[in-house]
Amino acid sequence: MKYLHNIGTYFLMIIELFRKPTKWSVMKELILKDIDDLIIGSLGIVAFIAFFVGGVVTIQTALNIDNPLIPKELIGFATRQSILLEFAPTFMSIIMAGKVGSFITSSIGTMRVTEQIDALEVMGINSLNYLVFPKLIAMAFYPFVISIAMFLGIIGGLMACIYGGYASADDFITGLQQEFNPFHITYAFIKTFLFAFVLATIPSFHGYYMKGGALEVGKASTTSFVWTSVAIILINYLATQLLLS
Amino acid sequence: MIEVKNLHKSFGEAHILKGINTSFEKGKTNLIIGQSGSGKTVFLKCLLGLYDYEEGSIEYDGENFANLSEDKKRDMRAKIGMVFQGSALFDSLTIEENVMFPLRMFTKLKKEEMRERANFVLKRVNLEDAHNKMPSEASGGMQKRVAIARAIVNNPKYLFCDEPNSGLDPKTATVIDNLIKEITEEYNITTVINSHDMNSVMEIGEKIVFLKEGLKAWEGSRHTIFKTDNEVVTDFVYSSNLFKKVREAILKENS
Ligand SMILES: Nc1ncnc2c1ncn2[C@@H]1O[C@H](COP(=O)(O)OP(=O)(O)OP(=O)(O)O)[C@@H](O)[C@H]1O
Ligand SMILES: [Mg+2]
Repeated sequence: MKYLHNIGTYFLMIIELFRKPTKWSVMKELILKDIDDLIIGSLGIVAFIAFFVGGVVTIQTALNIDNPLIPKELIGFATRQSILLEFAPTFMSIIMAGKVGSFITSSIGTMRVTEQIDALEVMGINSLNYLVFPKLIAMAFYPFVISIAMFLGIIGGLMACIYGGYASADDFITGLQQEFNPFHITYAFIKTFLFAFVLATIPSFHGYYMKGGALEVGKASTTSFVWTSVAIILINYLATQLLLS
Repeated sequence: MIEVKNLHKSFGEAHILKGINTSFEKGKTNLIIGQSGSGKTVFLKCLLGLYDYEEGSIEYDGENFANLSEDKKRDMRAKIGMVFQGSALFDSLTIEENVMFPLRMFTKLKKEEMRERANFVLKRVNLEDAHNKMPSEASGGMQKRVAIARAIVNNPKYLFCDEPNSGLDPKTATVIDNLIKEITEEYNITTVINSHDMNSVMEIGEKIVFLKEGLKAWEGSRHTIFKTDNEVVTDFVYSSNLFKKVREAILKENS
């Protein structure tokens, strides 16, 4: 019953956040600030993780195909497939649920407990629009982050392949280009957009509707991480079922 | 003028406001006093429409707030200034930006004009040189004063203050009280102040509503509060040693 109520509130929140928009001159600044916080601020950790996990994916693949009959190109091919299809969009988004998500929940939650949201409402400002809408727009740039993760993941794989001596650079690159299906890219980016929406709205929901004090802000961040991850995993499953099979 | 009729408010089982009837006049400083936990903040938040209430009505110059559409409510609120008990400054903005905020949202002033107006009100609360500080770098009393500056910067028609001078030294508290009174008279605002400070009562209590356990226990002004026999009020007023001694002295002189 409580879950149903929360899901209902969540969808009402999404409708509400488009109503009575904040003045554009103010909104513009909020969006730029959120792009800086949520997108630019995530690039470092994304680059780091993508590069090294890309390397690990390649090493694991290489170690698992010791049959000499299997062509070496397969390493490049398998790396590409796992990074483009799952690792960059889904795995990265789970990490972002921790980074971006808890940032959003705790910053909005703190505003709730210190009555800053009440202060906005008292002034006649649609606080949902003011707080959540810029985050949603900023997250429209999230696919850019994921593209970087894809690119660096593959570079990481290439490096690991060369320096580990599993295959030549030529073999790896030939593998990368094998049986390329452009729809896989479309699929990956459709997922990415859905995840971006989830990453902006679910943590906002948990911050905005929280009650209590500083301790509850911490709890709300944890809950928000759990539910954002659950949503990402479920959407991933549904999108894959609908788009690929 | 704000009129409140038979206002009831509960949180779950807890019945907090139990049918309050009163009115707050324009151009006057109206005080709501009462002990901690008597429901002052809840009452104020009901007046502001931040809390829904189960029964009763609140009218702003004849308009019933609760019946307005969500958008109309927001337009109405642009005319309201509020000082929260905990200041509620936006902590990602500097003090000056906090004060300019209502102007940015609701006026078409140029940046320079906004800054000028912000500086003007900051000066009135004795904060000329704190513009570029962040709220977290200001003391509690400074934050209160910034909150007051933010509440009055856009010339509100209604001003609400939840304990504007708690946590301030007596001198600053008096300055703030007088500032609120001046502004109220100057711009003919309807001002409602929550307080449990007897100094404020004596300085600016033109109309006083005394709350006890969610009910209006007494109503009057700073002139009548020392004359009343209402036990609830005398209990509150003379709980301060100073006032008790003053009263004893007066009684002694009279006898
Ligand atoms: N959001 C809430 N949920 C449940 N109960 C609440 C809530 N807000 C206030 N109360 C209860 O309502 C009663 C009145 O609280 P209120 O904050 O109005 O007191 P107050 O008169 O402002 O006190 P103070 O002078 O300490 O600020 C208290 O018993 C409080 O526990
Ligand atoms: Mg209070």
